[in-house]
Amino acid sequence: MRIIDAANLDYRAVNEALREAETDYIVKGCCGQRFIAAGMSDKNLTIEGIPGNALGAYLNNATITVNANAQDAVGDTMNEGKILIHGNIGDAAGYAMRGGKIYVRGSAGYRAGIHMKAYKEKIPVMIIGGRAGSFLGEYQAGGVIIVLGLQNDNKRIVGNFPCTGMHGGKLFLRGSCEDICFPKQVTAKRAAAEELDEIREYLSEYCSDFGYSADELLSGPFTVITPDSKNPYKQMYVAN
Amino acid sequence: MSIEFIYPEFEIIRNESRCISCRVCEQQCANEAHSYDEKHKIMKCDESKCVNCQRCVSFCPTRALKIVKSDCTLRENANWPTETMKEVYKQANSGGVLLSSMGSPKHLPVYWDKILINASQVTNPSIDPLREPMETRVYLGKKPSKVQRTKDGTLICELPPQLELSMPVMFSAMSYGSISYNAHKSLATAATELGILYNTGEGGLHEDFYCYGENTVVQVASGRFGVHMDYLEAGAAIEIKIGQGAKPGIGGHLPGTKIVGDVSRTRMIPEGSDAISPAPHHDIYSIEDLRQLVFSLKEVTEYKKPVIVKVAAVHNIAAIASGIARSGADIIAIDGFRGGTGAAPTRIRDHVGIPIELALATADQRLRDEGIRNNVSLVAGGSIRSAADVVKAVALGADACYVATAALLALGCHLCRTCQSGKCNWGIATQRPELVKRLDPAMGSERLINLMTAWKHEIKELMGGMGINSIEALRGNRLMLRGIGLTEKELEILGISHAGE
Repeated sequence: MRIIDAANLDYRAVNEALREAETDYIVKGCCGQRFIAAGMSDKNLTIEGIPGNALGAYLNNATITVNANAQDAVGDTMNEGKILIHGNIGDAAGYAMRGGKIYVRGSAGYRAGIHMKAYKEKIPVMIIGGRAGSFLGEYQAGGVIIVLGLQNDNKRIVGNFPCTGMHGGKLFLRGSCEDICFPKQVTAKRAAAEELDEIREYLSEYCSDFGYSADELLSGPFTVITPDSKNPYKQMYVAN
Repeated sequence: MSIEFIYPEFEIIRNESRCISCRVCEQQCANEAHSYDEKHKIMKCDESKCVNCQRCVSFCPTRALKIVKSDCTLRENANWPTETMKEVYKQANSGGVLLSSMGSPKHLPVYWDKILINASQVTNPSIDPLREPMETRVYLGKKPSKVQRTKDGTLICELPPQLELSMPVMFSAMSYGSISYNAHKSLATAATELGILYNTGEGGLHEDFYCYGENTVVQVASGRFGVHMDYLEAGAAIEIKIGQGAKPGIGGHLPGTKIVGDVSRTRMIPEGSDAISPAPHHDIYSIEDLRQLVFSLKEVTEYKKPVIVKVAAVHNIAAIASGIARSGADIIAIDGFRGGTGAAPTRIRDHVGIPIELALATADQRLRDEGIRNNVSLVAGGSIRSAADVVKAVALGADACYVATAALLALGCHLCRTCQSGKCNWGIATQRPELVKRLDPAMGSERLINLMTAWKHEIKELMGGMGINSIEALRGNRLMLRGIGLTEKELEILGISHAGE
């Protein structure tokens, strides 16, 4: 286990230290350094303090645990691996994510999970414990987004304009979501037992990471949103 | 039904005395414009299906075919040209957005054709490229602002990463999906042989082409298709595509019908699913965000590769270029409004964006005025059609040019502009296996090499004529250009004088 004292290091130095031969790291005193563990594989790191933007961007199968909040662009264009945040995250998390998992205990900001995509058995998963801001899951092409709404305020579980341009994958929102306006090309309905079975494994993992009970979470209703078409813009054009 | 009728644009003229009914035209036309009448033993044609790709004309063994513009004309009208009227009919028929392929064909000024090049006469001698060495090599990347030496006077030669090109041209981005595997193979092998680079476009990099990585620019577009660590490591440079000249400001939809087999696998999206590229990168909402993305790519590739930022030529391109230069990018690629595309909404293609000649001149000048010209290299594209255009672009300030349409022409394209149908008879803009195999990558590569070798020699002749023996001495050398038939304002923006001055 190697300990990196990030208090006086810029992000280049932190990453250079992470690229050494060790696999397990603790990064102490992190204070806004960007791009931590970007593109890395086969590393296991715990971050104490608050990492900066683009944590784990292009992550290529490393595991990152943050014991506090994280900032914008967490797991941007992530390919494989796991990012666990014991706090809230900022905007634009998991942009164009194609694999791996981002599990957030708290809430997410705007533009989470935009253009996530899946291919064969590579399925990205994002689970947000609190609420998500506007523009969640825009252009979702694949993968699973789950929002649990466990935060204590009375705000709605998602902001405005979720699922615009969705053409693949699934979004699960805990609750019956009657007050949420979804766009035309998607269908929102109560999740059936088989659909909840699909996400049980991810939810159990999430619960064991954060100390919740999967059975308790799954005891209430979930709304599942799926796209009506994988060619949402098919009828839009005429050849000229 | 008849109100929807639009008379076909082209007619197929068959010289019956030459036609031997060999049926090659029928085999070659994926649009099924030709057919054989068994009963009467003659060839027939349906001009409503003809797109004027010239495939049948080129393959007819007796030169019996020609395609002409139909002379069934609507009444002439300068305000309502036939094309404009037909566009209204198409929209009334379908309710659809007009979708076109390739670059804008509109009658707007082509500034390359209004710029003339100097030659040496009495004041200094011209140089004969057949007799003396001429340097067409260029290096793209950030250049240091001053010479630095160690304490004992030795020159410090450490430079940020540079791309070496044997001539100031690269093949511009055309995605795998919009063009075929064989087209990509032709471009990759030709670029390698020529010592230049080609660009993956936003469709990812097929695993068979990783071996050409040293001559590949890998593109990171808003959809991030096929973007992962191996991809980023494979290329010689990484290009962030903010926009392209043919469709500034909007994203792209590659229809699900083109996402098949290897295209699906390379982009890592399921077959039949549309490949949608969002209009902005949703993680770049400001110039500061761009800097963050540039540095995220540099960080993951350990600062070993230059990062290119490609933008469309739009208003205030000078300020945009300045911002990009300050964001940490090593190379700025500007794509003019004539740039080609597999498919773009007609109105965006024809009405949005500005000419590359003006954009290039004004961006180059602004970077010089701000003292940051050396922080970046400039690459100009959209559309560069000949060696003369290359020389003029370099003289206006470009370090290199991006060429795409000319490359496709070398591969057999006849600019019929129906790429969006996916039935390219030349095997270029299609994924249908029986059409793709018509493009032989060995021949395609040879033709590209021929084209670029010819251009390289022409560039040398043009330079030699001016008394210049290296591209470095031509770059930004606006004194070597004069305008003809340009207004004061145009001359001012281009930074050149009028012919005769």
